[in-house]
Amino acid sequence: MGKAWKFGDSISTDLIAPGRYFHLRSNLPELAKHVLEPARPEFASQVHAGDFVVAGENFGLGSSREHAPTIIKIAGVKAVLARSFARIFYRNCINIGLPAITCNTEEIEEGDELELDMQKGVVRNRTKGTELEFPPLPPIMNRILEEGGLVAFIKAHKNLEI
Amino acid sequence: MSGKTLSEKIIGEHCGREVKAGEVVIVDVDLSYVQDGTGPLTVRRMKEMGLEKAYDPQKTIFFLDHASPSPRMELSNDHEFLRDFARKTGSILSDVGNGISHHNSIEKYACPGDIIVGADSHTCTNGALGAFGTGMGSTDVAAAIALGKTWMKVPETYLVEVNGRLPKGVYSKDIILHLIGTISANGATYKALEFTGDTIKNMSTAGRSTIANMSVEAGAKAGIFPPDEETRNFLKAMGREEAFRELKSDEDAGFEKRIEIKADELEPLIACPHLVDNVKKISEIGRVKVDEVFIGTSCNGRLEDLHIAASILKGHTINPNVRVIVTPASRLVYMEALRDGTIETFMNAGALFTASGCGACDGVHLGILGDGEVCLATQPRNFKGRMGDPDSFIYLGNPAVAAATALTGEISDPREVM
Ligand code: SF4
Repeated sequence: MGKAWKFGDSISTDLIAPGRYFHLRSNLPELAKHVLEPARPEFASQVHAGDFVVAGENFGLGSSREHAPTIIKIAGVKAVLARSFARIFYRNCINIGLPAITCNTEEIEEGDELELDMQKGVVRNRTKGTELEFPPLPPIMNRILEEGGLVAFIKAHKNLEI
Repeated sequence: MSGKTLSEKIIGEHCGREVKAGEVVIVDVDLSYVQDGTGPLTVRRMKEMGLEKAYDPQKTIFFLDHASPSPRMELSNDHEFLRDFARKTGSILSDVGNGISHHNSIEKYACPGDIIVGADSHTCTNGALGAFGTGMGSTDVAAAIALGKTWMKVPETYLVEVNGRLPKGVYSKDIILHLIGTISANGATYKALEFTGDTIKNMSTAGRSTIANMSVEAGAKAGIFPPDEETRNFLKAMGREEAFRELKSDEDAGFEKRIEIKADELEPLIACPHLVDNVKKISEIGRVKVDEVFIGTSCNGRLEDLHIAASILKGHTINPNVRVIVTPASRLVYMEALRDGTIETFMNAGALFTASGCGACDGVHLGILGDGEVCLATQPRNFKGRMGDPDSFIYLGNPAVAAATALTGEISDPREVM
């Protein structure tokens, strides 16, 4: 179980992994200290392992920098829930083994206690006593995520397969 | 059975069978590239995969363009790391000073009908030549470099038909800003945009590149132009006419949507802070004083763009309250601007001309904004903090708007000075 951190619509990769810390890209733990800084300056220092990033439309729009989902994961975030995701960011999340869940996030409020059940395809809101269903991932993405991301997948199979 | 879209044809050729939008397939990749912001992670991912060889080194490129030349030690070390890996794998290295990946790709590497994956979201710029170019993250490109393959979902296509003559002061940038403003920043997520119509037929490859480049700002996976006589002439000018082939969607292809744009009704448009789809007509934005004008990038840093701006600045002096930074997209653009006097025009007007690369666009160097500062840029993005300072403001416009703004110190309609 973890707590919800609420963000709005159109959270760009420039807000998640700011360009002014470009020089820290080969030092991900340092870069992670600035994750989502321009959007919520207190986030990086106060987020707890197992918490959730909860947002509106088009989360992760902008650059292809995989550093963005990677530092969200390093910060301890369990999953990102959003009404919709930008394409590259979404694929990056799965590749690095960070669940990106498309669901109706409107009723989730800041601080709500959430629980993710990937098998059943539901997010349980313990604070409100509600359940939010989400659609399953496309099969190939589901396999990649289940096997721990694309690096692990390719190490295991030595190839790409559907 | 209905006909195929351009994307369905290209993807089908790369997986050895006919495909339809919606299918998930594994395709052969013709060209994989990374840049200095995403490349080090790509190399580390390859090492983690235990695959430290490039499947085809001559189809693998390491571009050093985002911090070019390096403004700080950490990035110099990243550059060394990439140079070393490029050498070890025998891959192509495009070192600092050669310019932006996507423009170099169009000049030297991309061919019509190719599938190109780049660890940079604007890899869709390659669509200007009729290649299926798409941006991916470091791990996906690591796999593509090592295996020569990637997986993708065949996208549905939105056909964008642009007809009519562009009015004075209005350019391809305004066509794509209009489209993004209309359908929104996620209006084409997962889709391919295909551009057609007589405005497009009469448009240069440079103009097409601007539109292809910003397709991702509508969320699109690719922004593609059917290769035609203009494409052939462009490739010929680049000394590689043999790369040309004709390709187009079938008459009865299944397009998910058709969007019409009347070019003659457009006016110069501005994307206002802090989102690219916050598009307004220049006549509607009121007085906006600017501190910096930035002309360049993978979107508008080509010779044609520099010519548009220089023709307005020629014989004039920029406003003393604004700094004007011009960054050519590639070494070739730089050389041509040098030869034909364009650089001199900028310098005489009081502008500053930098080495080719991404420059100020990514907030790393060569024009970082300060607190509260305002910039009018020709780049494709205006997100909060993009140019290095989250308390600054970025407006996007075409190169003529940039030049007019340089003269007055506030965002200005180029039609008044042309
Ligand atoms: S110029 Fe800007 S948008 Fe283009 S590739 Fe470079 S950083 Fe990205």
